[in-house]
Amino acid sequence: MGRTLAEKVWDTHVVVREDGKPDLLYIDLHLVHEVTSPQAFDGLRAAGRPVRRPDLTLATEDHNVPTTDGPITDLVSRTQVETLRKNCAEFGVRLHPMGDDQQGIVHVIGPQLGLTQPGMTVVCGDSHTSTHGAFGALAFGIGTSEVEHVLATQSLPLQRPKTMAVEVDGALPAGVTAKDLILGIITKIGTGGGQGYVIEYRGEAIRSLSMEGRMTVCNMSIEAGARAGMIAPDEITFDYLRGREHAPQGVEWDAAVAQWRELVTDDDANFDRVVHIDASALSPWVTWGTNPGQGAALSSAVPEPQSFDDPSERAAAERALTYMALTPGTPLHDVTVDTVFIGSCTNGRLEDLRAAADVLRGRQVASGVRVLVVPGSVAVRLEAESEGLHEVFETAGAEWRGAGCSMCLGMNPDKLAPGERSASTSNRNFEGRQGPGGRTHLVSPAVAAATAVTGRLTSPADL
Amino acid sequence: MDKFTVHSGRALPLRRSNVDTDQIIPAEYLKRVTRTGFADGLFAAWRSDPDFVLNDARYDGATVLVAGSDFGTGSSREHAVWALQDYGFRAVIAPRFGDIFRGNSLKGGLLPVVLPGDVVERLQDLVGAEPSTEVTVDLVEREVRAGAVRASFDVDDYTRWRLMEGLDDIGLTLTHADTIGDFEQRRASWLPTTA
Repeated sequence: MGRTLAEKVWDTHVVVREDGKPDLLYIDLHLVHEVTSPQAFDGLRAAGRPVRRPDLTLATEDHNVPTTDGPITDLVSRTQVETLRKNCAEFGVRLHPMGDDQQGIVHVIGPQLGLTQPGMTVVCGDSHTSTHGAFGALAFGIGTSEVEHVLATQSLPLQRPKTMAVEVDGALPAGVTAKDLILGIITKIGTGGGQGYVIEYRGEAIRSLSMEGRMTVCNMSIEAGARAGMIAPDEITFDYLRGREHAPQGVEWDAAVAQWRELVTDDDANFDRVVHIDASALSPWVTWGTNPGQGAALSSAVPEPQSFDDPSERAAAERALTYMALTPGTPLHDVTVDTVFIGSCTNGRLEDLRAAADVLRGRQVASGVRVLVVPGSVAVRLEAESEGLHEVFETAGAEWRGAGCSMCLGMNPDKLAPGERSASTSNRNFEGRQGPGGRTHLVSPAVAAATAVTGRLTSPADL
Repeated sequence: MDKFTVHSGRALPLRRSNVDTDQIIPAEYLKRVTRTGFADGLFAAWRSDPDFVLNDARYDGATVLVAGSDFGTGSSREHAVWALQDYGFRAVIAPRFGDIFRGNSLKGGLLPVVLPGDVVERLQDLVGAEPSTEVTVDLVEREVRAGAVRASFDVDDYTRWRLMEGLDDIGLTLTHADTIGDFEQRRASWLPTTA
C-alpha cells in the first residue's frame, strides 16, 4: 500500500524503531527563541551535555522585542533576551539578535533563509512551527523539555501520528485569501478536530496558493488541534527556494529537486481521516469568540449560543460572547474596533503587507483607530520599504514598525488595553492573548486593512 | 522527574472547555528564565474573579484537576505544566487534551488522563457536591476511582513504564548515540546547515 507525504517524511527520519516504543526521529533543523529555551540550556549545563549539532540549530529574538527603536526597557524581558545571547555564545549556536539584518520571527526567517526545505523535520519550542509544513517538511512545536532533548541528541522519541487529509475542493472565490480559508477550515473541524493527526492540505485551491499563502494555512494547523500541517512541494515551492542562501546549489539542487518530487502522497495511500471543504462556499472570514474555531463569514451575524447543539459548545459560546461583549444577532460588520494589527508569523510576510497596502493605498485610517503594521522580519521590512509600502501605510495613518512578534501575544510593549477590541491578522483570539482584557477578532490582512479604514469589521469589497 | 504510580487527593472541578495554555499561564509570566515559581501565574486572569473555582477555599490543597474537553490547546509553553505542578497538581483529567500540552505533561510527570465526557462530568458533579471526595489516579491499574466512579483509561506501556520509573528521556536516547551518529553519516549532502 502507498504512503502519505507525512509517512514518507517520517519513515526517512527514523533512527531507532523498536516494538512497543516511540520511534526515535532525527531532527534536521532546530529553531530556537528566547522564551522556551533558557530552561533547556540550564538542563544541558546541569548535566554537562553539549549541543550535539549547533550547525543544525538557529536562534533568533522575537517574542520580547519592542517594535519601536531603542533597547528593551522591561527588565525581565531584557534578562530573557540576554540569557539567550549568553547561551548561544556558550554553546556555539548561531543567533540573529535584535539589530541584525536577519532578525525576525523564527517562522519567517527559516523559510526566508532557505533553511526550511521539503522533506525535512523541523522543530522549535513554539506551536506555530507548523508553518514550515508549507514546504512539505514535517514541522511541529515542542515544549522546553523536548527543546533540551533535541539540543542534546538532535532527535526526539515520538509516537507516530495519525494522518488527516483536508481536501479543499474547487477554487477560492475572488477576494478570499489563505487566511479566510484556514479560518474556515478551523470553524469546520474545531479546535480539537486535528488532535493526534498530521494534516495534509490538498486540492486545487491549495495548489494555487503562493508559498506565503501556504505558510499561512499550515501556520494555523495547531489552531485546529494538529501539531503539524503539510503541503506537498511543487514548482511553486522550488521557485521560492531557488537561489536562497541555504538552498542547494548547482548539481546538488538538481539532486534535491529530484528527491523532492517524490514527496507526494501515493494514489493508493490511506488517510485515517478525510475532511472536504468547498472552497467556493468560503468568503472573508472573522472570529467572533475566544477560540479560533469560533468563526463565521464576515457577512453574517454574531451567532445565538442556542444555535449550537453541543452543550459544551453552547456554554463556550455564551462565555465567549460575554468576554467579547457581543450581542447575538449583531451583524459582524457593525462591530467597531480600536486597534488593527497587521503582522505575526501567520501574516507578517511581504505578500501580506502588499495585500494590506493595496487596500490602504489612497485611503485613510478611520479617526481614533490605532493601526500597527509589523513586518515579520528585518528582511521583509527592507523589501517592503524598497517597494514603498511603508509610505502607503504611513500616508494612510498607520504605524510602520520594526520586526517581531509584536501584538500577537502580550510579551512586549505592543498590547491591547483592557476592554480594547482589535482586528488582528495573528492566530489566536484567546482571552487576554493580546493583553489582559483585550478582545481579538482574527482576520486576513485585506480585511484588517479595510477595517482600519472604516473602524468596523469590513471586507475590502465593501469599501 | 518524579515517579508516578498511584496518586490520591482531592480534586478541583474546572467546568470549562477549550482551556488554552494562555489561560493556564498568561504570556507575561513566560519572561522568566527559571523552571519553578510559576504557581502565582496559574489561571492568573481568571483568579482575579473571586467566584473562580480556584478561589474556593473548599478546594484548597486539591491535587487533581478535572477539566472540560480540549484542555491545554494553543501555545507549546511548558510553563503551563510547571504552573500546574507548582500549584500542587499531580494529574489532570479531561475528555481531550492539546497534543503539545499532553506531551509536555508526560515529560514533567504531570499525568494527563483522558476519560469520556460523561465520566468527566460525573467526576465534576461528585467533587462539586462534596469537595472532600478523594480521587485516586492509579497509573499501575490504569484506573480512576472516586466514590461510585470507577473508570479505566488508556496509556501506552512505554509511557506508563517511563512515568512509573521517573526516567529521563534524554538519558534513554543517549544510549543510542552511536546509532544517531550512523544515521548522520547517511544524511543527504545538500541538507542545509546553519554554520
